[in-house]
Amino acid sequence: MRKVTFPHMGHSYIAFKMLMEDMGNEVILPPRPSKKTLDLGVKYAPEFACLPYKILLGTYLQTAEMGMDTIVTSGGAGPCRAGHYAHLHKAILHDLGYNVDLVCFEAPKKHPIDFYRKVQKLNSAKLSVLSIIEAIKRGWHKLKALDHMEKLSHKIRPRELKRGTTSKVYKMTQLWLDEARTHKEIEEAEAEGIKAFNNIPQDPNREVLKVGLVGEIYVLLEPASNLEIEETLGHMGVEVERSMFLTGWTRDNLGKGTEELISVTDAAKPYLPELIGGHGRDTIGHTVLYAKRKFDGVIQLAPFTCIPEIVARTILPKVSIIHDIPVLTFFLDEQTGKAGMVTRLEAFVDLLRRKKQNTKLNQAAALS
Amino acid sequence: MKAYLGVDVGSVSTNVVIINDQLEVLANLYLRTNGRPIETIKKGLKEVVNKLDSDIEIAGAGTTGSGRYLAGVMIGADVIKNEITAHAVAASSMVPGVQTVLEIGGQDSKIIILRNGIVTDFAMNTVCAAGTGSFLDQQAARLNIPISDFGSLALKSKNKIRIAGRCTVFAESDMIHKQQMGHSIPDIINGLCEALVRNYLNNVGKSKEILPPVVFQGGVAANVGIKAAFERELGLPVIVPKYFNVMGALGAAQLAKEETVKTGRTKFKGFAITNLPYYTSSFECDGCSNACEIVEIFEEGKVIGRWGNRCPKWDLVES
Repeated sequence: MRKVTFPHMGHSYIAFKMLMEDMGNEVILPPRPSKKTLDLGVKYAPEFACLPYKILLGTYLQTAEMGMDTIVTSGGAGPCRAGHYAHLHKAILHDLGYNVDLVCFEAPKKHPIDFYRKVQKLNSAKLSVLSIIEAIKRGWHKLKALDHMEKLSHKIRPRELKRGTTSKVYKMTQLWLDEARTHKEIEEAEAEGIKAFNNIPQDPNREVLKVGLVGEIYVLLEPASNLEIEETLGHMGVEVERSMFLTGWTRDNLGKGTEELISVTDAAKPYLPELIGGHGRDTIGHTVLYAKRKFDGVIQLAPFTCIPEIVARTILPKVSIIHDIPVLTFFLDEQTGKAGMVTRLEAFVDLLRRKKQNTKLNQAAALS
Repeated sequence: MKAYLGVDVGSVSTNVVIINDQLEVLANLYLRTNGRPIETIKKGLKEVVNKLDSDIEIAGAGTTGSGRYLAGVMIGADVIKNEITAHAVAASSMVPGVQTVLEIGGQDSKIIILRNGIVTDFAMNTVCAAGTGSFLDQQAARLNIPISDFGSLALKSKNKIRIAGRCTVFAESDMIHKQQMGHSIPDIINGLCEALVRNYLNNVGKSKEILPPVVFQGGVAANVGIKAAFERELGLPVIVPKYFNVMGALGAAQLAKEETVKTGRTKFKGFAITNLPYYTSSFECDGCSNACEIVEIFEEGKVIGRWGNRCPKWDLVES
């Protein structure tokens, strides 16, 4: 039996695990990225590679120790070096004596035959095409439910009465969804989850700020790589809305693009009319859209040395002035010390609160 | 008489300020942290209490700086604030109408943009220590010049020398190269000051609208060479406030005043804490793969603070 693993990217592993098992593979679950993951990744990766690259390499090395023999991951469209990463990972693993197989999915619309072949490669249970489609649908369903739970956690955490309750409930809902294997069970688990979130005691009078999170996909989706910024902001009384979820990204890359993607590209057009790779254009576009939706601020998360995000970063000050929205950027790398980030977040939240109060005062003055 | 205490525990210096109700400074102190924040905080409080009249009653205490949480639980702070907010508050009260604050400390440098007394934008250096006090310290030591003379030497420079300022490694090798070519020390130091300012404005100050009045504060503001270089580069007068090197602590004291006026009481434990034994210890939590490094601080053998945990497992129950 194939022993497969895949990148640890937020909670998505729960859905991938089911899909891979349904197709008859043994799953070596990628551990949550930790110091050990990073140590391994940093040791064997090229120095100039970015944080996501190093975390993934560390993950593969950890799972290879556990007997993993197949990596399932995605390539990339557009001129970002992450598109080559999977192949470089494989080469490094081979050099280190781990003879792992790589199944790297590219956009099925562009490479339909390649996609079909790779799916069959992972079809250890020899399922019929229909059954495979059914399994993918179930995985997709689960992924959507997981994203839904995460969105609820973003909404409720800044309003919770007792600090930490939301994070606990969120963890619980992930366990429930992990156990659900059929459409019906997933539906039930999702409904239970919604109920659990709604039962969290909340403070209705709290002044909650709204901040949009933009940036590179991996550091946005994996809390272990961004020093749990969403949780930290939630505890500061900030509701975050993340510009990217795996379900959204997959839709954008599978079909003709969602309406949302089209409006993001449009919004970015006056500043950045080209796709520059990675998520640089999305970063700009989402910032514009958040400003139009009257968010209090935007935070950009980027791996250190990530070119698309560096380009976006140099454009953002202009967007910030024109649309009157404060923007803060974090470049993330190996550092695990959270103090520097907390200092900047606190100051940013102070700034946003004062700005909001002032706007309110000015509006009141204009009315009277 | 009512007074307010502010403590700023930074990487290089620990500063203590006492202000009265009118925000006038009664006592201020600038100490080197020397990597021992606990001892330095105790020493600072001990020294500052000697400078005060006996009728003074501390009605509020605030802490800031990278050691603010440690200092906060030690002294019983009413407010624990990040250094950006603290610096902005102090600058606005010392220089009313200030629109730009340039702050260069030991390990960090920041720029704060204010409009109508409100912070509208800020930036801090992220991954680079070029253009901070530590590097100046290091170069002064290498040239065997007391850091206090560094700035005035720069003013004696007669010829312009260009030093690479993007990276401390480049800067140092460039300085050594210029020194071996036979350039004079004042010229080299002036070149370094200009390189630091260039790096600061291109890195931290990038795309910020720098409008007057411009205030320059933090330990490095003592360096007249850097101040002069800023004025040349910006084409604007740069104000160094009287208490430039303790502005963070000053801001913390002001914020403590605001807070205690609201709450009507202070959590300050009193100067007696300088006689209590404090120590810290750390361990690695084995609860999950995060392997958080937890640090605990003990007062008389009792845990009063814990840091480093990413989940609530090690949170102290708030009393």
